Amino acid sequence: MIDITETPFDHAEALAEFTRRVGGAGAVVSFTGLVRGEDGVVSTLHLQAYSPMTERGIEAAVKTAKARWPLIDAHVIHRIGDMAPGEPIVFVAIASAHRRAAFEAADYLMDYLKTDAVFWKKEVSSAGAAWIEPRAEDYQDRARWDAQGG
Amino acid sequence: MARLLYFGRLSDVTGHAEETRDLPSDVADTAALRRWLDADHAADGALLEASVRLAVNSEIVMDPAPVSNGDEIAFMPPVGGG
Repeated sequence: MIDITETPFDHAEALAEFTRRVGGAGAVVSFTGLVRGEDGVVSTLHLQAYSPMTERGIEAAVKTAKARWPLIDAHVIHRIGDMAPGEPIVFVAIASAHRRAAFEAADYLMDYLKTDAVFWKKEVSSAGAAWIEPRAEDYQDRARWDAQGG
Repeated sequence: MARLLYFGRLSDVTGHAEETRDLPSDVADTAALRRWLDADHAADGALLEASVRLAVNSEIVMDPAPVSNGDEIAFMPPVGGG
């Protein structure tokens, strides 16, 4: 399941609902990314998507993860629009029979979301507004999965 | 008319997030489109950068790909969410 939403979401509620839905799974791993405060400097983070390309890309990444690991289900939520420090921006939950597949698939999907998912990000701070593109470390993280053969 | 979308920093460069334009007769592919719009918006090369990918009707294409009136063409700087 993939949700791109302009509305703030409750990640604890999303995890509880996902866990109920995958009843019988042996492992659930989730990751929540929050808008960093950067010591009070950042006031707003603005996220743009390009529908339906954004959704299609995430669907393809989830499909790749499901082919690579024995997953029971996955849920990705991504905010767009304006958000404030402390608000959840991204949520990934993975259910599997065992923990290793769930950890790795969540890590893989986050690396996809950071570097390949069709979003653009603008930080507004006291110093002005700046568009943020992935860092070299993000691309290195993403490349780990290619080195492992896929 | 073609619908042109400028994402991320390119909306600041061109001054629009989107615009509808009649493509000149000599603009038949993405390479010519980049050159025309970069000059038209005085974008100083921002629309010519290799890291800026183009999508025609929601499909990423490699230059030079055909474009015509009626298409939706997106200029996409490097992406990333999370």
